[in-house]
Amino acid sequence: MNNSTNSTMSRVEKTLARRYRAEKRFRVYGLLSILFGLACLAILFTDIISKGHSAFLQTRIQLTVELDPEELEIDDPTDPDQIRGGYYQGVIRDALAERFPEVDGRSAKRALNALVSDGAVYQLQDELRDDPALLGQEVSLWLLADDDVDTYVKSRREGQAFAGMLGEDQVQWIESLIASDDLRTQLNTTFFTASDSREPEQAGIAGAALGSLLTLLVTLVLSFPIGVAAAIYLEEYAPKNRVTELIEVNINNLAAVPSIIFGLLGLAIFINWFGMPRSVPLVGGLVLTLMTLPTIIISSRAAIKSVPPSIREAALGIGASRMQMVLHHVLPLAMPGMLTGTIIGMAQALGETAPLLMIGMVAFIVDLPAGVTDPATVLPVQIFLWSDSPERAFVERTSAAIMVLLAFLILMNTLAIWLRKRLERRW
Amino acid sequence: MSMNEQYASAVGGANELKEGRSMEAYTDLAGTDHAEVSKDRTREKTVGKPLLESAKMSTRNVKVFYDDKQVLFDVNLDIGANEVIAMIGPSGCGKSTFLRCLNRMNDTIDSCRVEGDLTLDGQNIYDPKLDVVPLRARVGMVFQKPNPFPKSIYDNVAYGPRIHGLVDHRAELDEVVETSLKRAGLWEEVKDRLHQPGTGLSGGQQQRLCIARTIAVSPEVILMDEPCSALDPIATARIEELIAELSENFTIAIVTHSMQQAARVSSRTAYFHLGKLIEVNDTEVVFTNPQHKLTEAYITGRFG
Ligand SMILES: Nc1ncnc2c1ncn2[C@@H]1O[C@H](COP(=O)(O)OP(=O)(O)O)[C@@H](O)[C@H]1O
Ligand SMILES: [Mg+2]
Repeated sequence: MNNSTNSTMSRVEKTLARRYRAEKRFRVYGLLSILFGLACLAILFTDIISKGHSAFLQTRIQLTVELDPEELEIDDPTDPDQIRGGYYQGVIRDALAERFPEVDGRSAKRALNALVSDGAVYQLQDELRDDPALLGQEVSLWLLADDDVDTYVKSRREGQAFAGMLGEDQVQWIESLIASDDLRTQLNTTFFTASDSREPEQAGIAGAALGSLLTLLVTLVLSFPIGVAAAIYLEEYAPKNRVTELIEVNINNLAAVPSIIFGLLGLAIFINWFGMPRSVPLVGGLVLTLMTLPTIIISSRAAIKSVPPSIREAALGIGASRMQMVLHHVLPLAMPGMLTGTIIGMAQALGETAPLLMIGMVAFIVDLPAGVTDPATVLPVQIFLWSDSPERAFVERTSAAIMVLLAFLILMNTLAIWLRKRLERRW
Repeated sequence: MSMNEQYASAVGGANELKEGRSMEAYTDLAGTDHAEVSKDRTREKTVGKPLLESAKMSTRNVKVFYDDKQVLFDVNLDIGANEVIAMIGPSGCGKSTFLRCLNRMNDTIDSCRVEGDLTLDGQNIYDPKLDVVPLRARVGMVFQKPNPFPKSIYDNVAYGPRIHGLVDHRAELDEVVETSLKRAGLWEEVKDRLHQPGTGLSGGQQQRLCIARTIAVSPEVILMDEPCSALDPIATARIEELIAELSENFTIAIVTHSMQQAARVSSRTAYFHLGKLIEVNDTEVVFTNPQHKLTEAYITGRFG
């Protein structure tokens, strides 16, 4: 008897060791997968940040500009028309010629003038508009440098100067500016205030961000009420029969349809049939509404389902109508879940590119959109456009735009989590 | 009680009925239709005195189906004004289902179908033209599990008066809330924290809050479905006291699985068995001298 228990125990012990080893392996596998995921994320972030961080800085050149009324062709600096029509290029050229008197010859002068961005004229314009008294005076200004200068300065700082399109003399002038402390990098506000531009140093994401905002606004205004109403109807009112079952299955199917199909649908219906304009946030929002609706309906239905039946019974038992029950009790309790679903749907919509390409939101748009019917582009499409541009300075801007997009996404997801924590109630 | 008296009371109750189908019930109950009864087991007559001379609510030939499954068979029962009637029986026998017919809470279950005549003060409550909203204001309900709204204590009680437009201004509402809480015996415990969530109260307090919420709309009938089954003995005793007090003003129908509770709080008791109403009598009679062998078996604890 004793013997037999002993032998059982020893056999069990043998398998025990094996079981523990298996368990340990199992845990290690799990840990490895998590580490792999984290590593990918870390690589992604370091790559994007290392490429993109420099886009937040911008090179400027200090020049002493004489705002000569004759050269500028402005005699009344309080007249906005004159300010807009001023010939600023000339005074900038003069200032450069003064800073580098040794430069002679047409092509050399053109090369010298190319150091300053075309956008510098707007800077002068703004200065003069803000302070008309400056007319006729000499002012020292930090003017926007050309993107090639910017790229050179940034790469030089990192140890391997990249001259690219710059000529030898241009590099010398830059070095001379650096030596005399007339060249510096500062916060790139243009990136946050400007729209797209062919010139990288003048390009910004404000237009795309505003386009995204308008598009998402349309999406939210349409998809939240429609989605919630559909969810309420399906959960609270619809009879359970074949038809509602079919609707249910199709809503789930719709959630799995590739987004580009929605783009094609939008192109066919909204643009070709209804004759809406291309490339506008209104159509983008409509298309993204089609795409987000299933997500919102599904999550809202789950939220409604999770409201305990006892609360419904309590409301009905005291004589609330169905609508009162829904509005007073079910909706408030389901709201956190609905909002979470909506925000996740919105985050998806924010990152969506393919369907918007189909409806022409891929156009090059320089103006800030003023409304939902103005041509606009959106952040992910802007990223796509920049990533396709040959200028080296767009590389960092692409990464920087990705950082901005990621920041928005993280913000939205944090908001979703916060809302859920905030509004969650126990019963 | 003699057979004659029983007959008389049955006739008395049935005389008030107008529809032909109800007369059938009366014939059944009067026992003049033995041949048919024996043919159709489902129409076995209820012993005791299910019918009253004057009833607040009355039910005739109530049959309830969930899809095709019948769970109530020809229930004929009167509920008198200001009485407490207890419904007892083994679980699954249809007590809750019957109770929920009385304020049409069964409407919320898609698969549920109710047949028969149910009246409140002589008015058919299953009339398609009748609105369930005022009906449920007149016939309130307290559920098995305390289910306060996840709102403040005040808002819980004020909800009914608000949606039914029973009050015109805030002071009036305050008063309704206070009197309702007082009548539910909860005022002293919560008067200093009216604006804290009702879900933060103890189970027994929550159930009294639910009772306060129900009586705040001044219903005529209160249905209670095992209101103490989730409570401890002390909270149960409080609710039972409360039921006794409330019976002065309200008609109460209470489902309970505790025979002691039925004996303590009710004046009449109805015994259900497998969807049939077996026996209805004064509570004392049911517990001391049950007339049907199934009732006897149940109260002596042979099944439950
Ligand atoms: N929603 C429902 N759907 C289908 N059957 C139900 C439903 N509710 C109750 N039943 C059935 O009806 C019968 C009576 O139930 P119920 O009235 O809850 O009994 P009791 O309250 O006496 O325990 C039971 O057999 C139960 O399974
Ligand atoms: Mg029950």
